[in-house]
Amino acid sequence: MITTTEQLQSYLENFTEYTKHAAGRDLGWLRKLRDEAFARFCEVGFPTTRDEDWRFTNVSAIAKSSFRLADKSETSVSKRELGGHGISEAICQLVFVNGNFSATLSSFASLPSGVKVNSLAAQIEKDPVSVERHLGRYLNIQRDAFSALNTAFAGDGGYVHVARGTVVDGPIHLLFVSTGNSSEQSPLMSHPRNLIVADAESEVTVVEDYISLDESVSFCNTATELVAGDGAIVSHYMLERENRQAFNISTLRMQQGRGANVSSHSVLLGGAIVRNNVHPVLAGDGGECLINGLFAGTGEQHLDNYMLVEHASPHCGSRQFYNGILNDHAHGVFHGRIIVHKDAQKTDAKQTNRNLLLSDNARIDTKPQLEIYADDVKCTHGATIGQIDEVALFYLRSRGIEESAARKLLLSAFAGECLDRMKPGAARNYVEKLIDESLSSFLQGSGESAGELKLGERELHWEEVG
Amino acid sequence: MSLLEIKNLHASVEGHEILKGIDLTINAGEVHSIMGPNGSGKSTLAQVLSRHPAYEVTAGQAVYNGKDLWEMKPEEAACEGIFLAFQYPVEIPGIGNAYFLRSALNAIRKYKGEDEMDAMDFLPMFREKLKLLEMDDKLMSRSVNEGFSGGEKKRNEILQMAVLEPRLAILDETDSGLDIDALKIVAKGVNALRNKDRAMLVVTHYQRLLNYIVPDFVHVLVDGRIVRSGGKELALELEEKGYVYEHEARQAMLA
Repeated sequence: MITTTEQLQSYLENFTEYTKHAAGRDLGWLRKLRDEAFARFCEVGFPTTRDEDWRFTNVSAIAKSSFRLADKSETSVSKRELGGHGISEAICQLVFVNGNFSATLSSFASLPSGVKVNSLAAQIEKDPVSVERHLGRYLNIQRDAFSALNTAFAGDGGYVHVARGTVVDGPIHLLFVSTGNSSEQSPLMSHPRNLIVADAESEVTVVEDYISLDESVSFCNTATELVAGDGAIVSHYMLERENRQAFNISTLRMQQGRGANVSSHSVLLGGAIVRNNVHPVLAGDGGECLINGLFAGTGEQHLDNYMLVEHASPHCGSRQFYNGILNDHAHGVFHGRIIVHKDAQKTDAKQTNRNLLLSDNARIDTKPQLEIYADDVKCTHGATIGQIDEVALFYLRSRGIEESAARKLLLSAFAGECLDRMKPGAARNYVEKLIDESLSSFLQGSGESAGELKLGERELHWEEVG
Repeated sequence: MSLLEIKNLHASVEGHEILKGIDLTINAGEVHSIMGPNGSGKSTLAQVLSRHPAYEVTAGQAVYNGKDLWEMKPEEAACEGIFLAFQYPVEIPGIGNAYFLRSALNAIRKYKGEDEMDAMDFLPMFREKLKLLEMDDKLMSRSVNEGFSGGEKKRNEILQMAVLEPRLAILDETDSGLDIDALKIVAKGVNALRNKDRAMLVVTHYQRLLNYIVPDFVHVLVDGRIVRSGGKELALELEEKGYVYEHEARQAMLA
């Protein structure tokens, strides 16, 4: 434990102050949930690299800083500053500034019937029973200090409820903005807590999008509980594109019912130290889970992906595909753990991690971990580490394509494997654009024409055009 | 002025000298064939001329279309009109054939100061070329060369050449691995592109291809040097006597 008493003191002060006016402070169950979580956090402190789950990721930079919660009144972000961060066909956009919901920046323009979207804080005040039914029921505060810390400060974030059988066309966009308006004070932290409940046979896409508006240091520790009822189809996107000073720890805990089909797409492009935990539990027969991700780091970025896939019921399938692109001194981690419980017969679990290292100093640690307690299962895993294919590069150049553009084409093709696993639509188009911009910045300085070959055209099917 | 004039070319790969003094002049409209045994440096010559970075030119000059070829990067050589049909075409997953080819065409057009071609203008021209090579439309929506048969890959090379319309086309063992039907289709494609402005350098181990793509000149490359040059009848002679004969003749000459 590297957390000193002084640092805990700082969290204690924040916690004490927070619980005085947090949403639902008078609700016994919620107070208990927060108190127990905070006690747990104090007990274990921040993890160290001696902890097996954190072997490759050193969070001492987070542990040794004193972060504080943002005051709702100190944040002033204008709509104009958020221009360009919208998904065209989104049915609503909820904006959170340093963890606090902003009604003025958000829009609920066209919510179809059967869909409830709210800030979690407002939902707690309005209908605490709907929140109590799920909040904290799935996320395990015992196994992870950051989850405990998040739960201690749980109070605001996105609340999405989709009623039985409702099919939602456009994505629901949750935009989390980090900004450090008062730079002379200690840096800000936020602990967004999202609750996504998709009732049986419903269908919905939710995009969590994390951005910075300036270059200030911030610590965003977010957690999402996603409950997919029997036969529900849910697509979840986690987009991390904060500044290169930002610490971002996220945990997605998915609970899947019988025959539910959930896709988790993580795209990590920004941040200094990023930890992306994805933890699905296939709790009903015949569930399907796709865990898809792309992490692209440059400079000194550290991008850690920790997958924990639990098969708890028979006849479920899970597929993990993570592609990493690492440039400069970037460090990537892929930890893919699959647990097949005793009764989860006929499990079909697959895991693939592919990595491209673009420089001698880039690094990837990839670690599969299978724990199988059933006897009739199929589990496969594989990892590859490679460089840009020089033969392919020459082939492209020999046809007249400039070197930087050729490199970009090859990177885009590699990243495109992740895009191809996303359902075509507004969310995917949005992600495609972000990836394209990010890869262009990787190759900046090596010629103007690098940006001319757009990833968006990559899949252009000429028969469709003609 | 010649389209390409090479003088005393020496080239190495990883410190091994492969080409040991090549002189070759190619004029517009001519088809030259380079023949020779395995390991004689035929493919190296093709790669050097298309500016592969792994091959180091250690001596000699090459003037292409009035410009110093050694000053050009691969993409510049391509934009200046040099095209290499690869002996082993590369599979590139994730990049569609048609998109790749249009990107290449537009890179070249841009280099020449011409307007880029949009998909609408590109398609009719592209379909025309597909017909010439008797290629299935469906292949074009797939990734570059991915899952193509050997013959399809070679035809795809000639298709690219037909679209990019180079001034100097270098065909590196385009006949290898082709059955006679595929060979005829490839040759038909190549012959359709022969004209007074375009030159071709056909690298081959076997004379067979030259029955279909009839060269104006044949050069015999042995151990990094051109040991003999002649007309198309030289190919037939080689077929009859084999490269060993050439090699021995040369050894005798040196002795």
